[in-house]
Amino acid sequence: MKGLIAFLMAAFIAGLLSNARVAYAEPGVPNPLRIGSEGYYPPFNFVDQSGQLKGFDIDIAMALCERLKVECKLLAQDWDGIIPALLAGKYDAIVASMSITDERKKVVSFTDKYYSNKVRFVAAKGGGFDPGKLDGKTIGTQRATIAANWLAKNAGGAKVKLYDKQTDAYLDLAARRLDAIFADGLVLHEWLKTKAGAGFEMVGDAYELDEGIGIAVRKEDNVLRQRLNAALAAMLADGTYATINARYFPFSIY
Amino acid sequence: MMAALHGMAAESTAQLLAGAWLTMQLTALAMLVGTTLAFPLALMRTSRHGWLRAPAYGYVFFFRGTPLLVQIFLVYYGLAQFEAIRDGFLWPVLSEAYWCAIIAFSLNTAAYTAEILRGGMMAVPLGEREAARALGFSRWQEIRLIVLPRAVRQALPAYGNEVILMLKGSALASTITLLELTGVARTLIARTYLAVEFFALAGLIYLLLTLLIVRGVRLLERRWALPGQAIETVPGTRHGDLLA
Repeated sequence: MKGLIAFLMAAFIAGLLSNARVAYAEPGVPNPLRIGSEGYYPPFNFVDQSGQLKGFDIDIAMALCERLKVECKLLAQDWDGIIPALLAGKYDAIVASMSITDERKKVVSFTDKYYSNKVRFVAAKGGGFDPGKLDGKTIGTQRATIAANWLAKNAGGAKVKLYDKQTDAYLDLAARRLDAIFADGLVLHEWLKTKAGAGFEMVGDAYELDEGIGIAVRKEDNVLRQRLNAALAAMLADGTYATINARYFPFSIY
Repeated sequence: MMAALHGMAAESTAQLLAGAWLTMQLTALAMLVGTTLAFPLALMRTSRHGWLRAPAYGYVFFFRGTPLLVQIFLVYYGLAQFEAIRDGFLWPVLSEAYWCAIIAFSLNTAAYTAEILRGGMMAVPLGEREAARALGFSRWQEIRLIVLPRAVRQALPAYGNEVILMLKGSALASTITLLELTGVARTLIARTYLAVEFFALAGLIYLLLTLLIVRGVRLLERRWALPGQAIETVPGTRHGDLLA
């Protein structure tokens, strides 16, 4: 629904404001580079006590600006209007943990992914759960998620239990009704840090079930997109990315 | 494409029917256990002894005073929090969402049915009880042979209402992972985004199940009706009218 509204508004505003473009100096990267983010998605983007945008997304954005040798100007924008505001020229790129989807690709262009929403299994420590042998196992997951869809297609021999809330699945895992939970690895990581999650651990590989998280730019800003991609690749190669990653997660989220 | 769509529709229908079957099981078992519990509860509620009345009153007060959803969560998620219960001999039963749902539903409907039955007992004409006593019936005989048969008969319409409420209340089982009718519909919607279609189909099945209950209760009302006290029908309608 959120996506649909954003899409419709984006299409509408794109038509209205197609002439209101900011002129770029060569070589295609505006200075300052204005970055739109949200601020309600910790630890990726959030507003700290002093009102500053902080988080993984913001660190990535700052590092990109540094590499592109431009000044970074951060702007907070509510999620519903985040694409329309980009199209209206309020900022030049969205770094707000936005999933690359086909719907959004109709209105904006995405860079390469800068992190992945990987799905993982969590099971009791030392319980010997094997993601390769799901037959006969009871797996919990949240209804209407990519994890649930994947299990429906790939875990025919397992008993899949669907929960309305991720927190209910945790309760059942703790109660030993479930052999494992299959869910977003980063969300699971946060739970494992809590007292309730103490006896559990991630088991097996991370599954990449979508195209990941990318930076959105206007479709016509192809040069900016290429520059951002090049900067991202360089950050990944020289360890800048790993340094930022390590501030938030003890494992790679790329 | 058409064949694929057709296959999907057939599969969805099969899943909905499986869900409907689970809904029927949950409702029937809960009513069976709940109604069985309701008789002693109703007798306790109408007892002359305070020590019998008080616990029954407390039971009814608790189960009518809290939402069914809360009761289900307490039985399913709540009990499982305790190590003693997870290691206890009841865990094979309590670990199953199916039995947790039936326990919660049974305890809940027992409270309501007890009150319905109590209402039926209060409505038994005092003259009949006096007649029983005059004939030398013991108190137990009086209740068993005079009061209860009358009470059950008088409570039937309200009881039919309770069965229907239980049927619809059983949709809450989907919150503890049971794929009963509502649970199946919600899962299919999550997969296909066809919300109106699947909720409408589920609603239709609920209507049919309700119709079955209505007819069943009606049948019992007729069968148990006292001679000369047959249920009046609205003038102009026939026996066997759809919602008679």
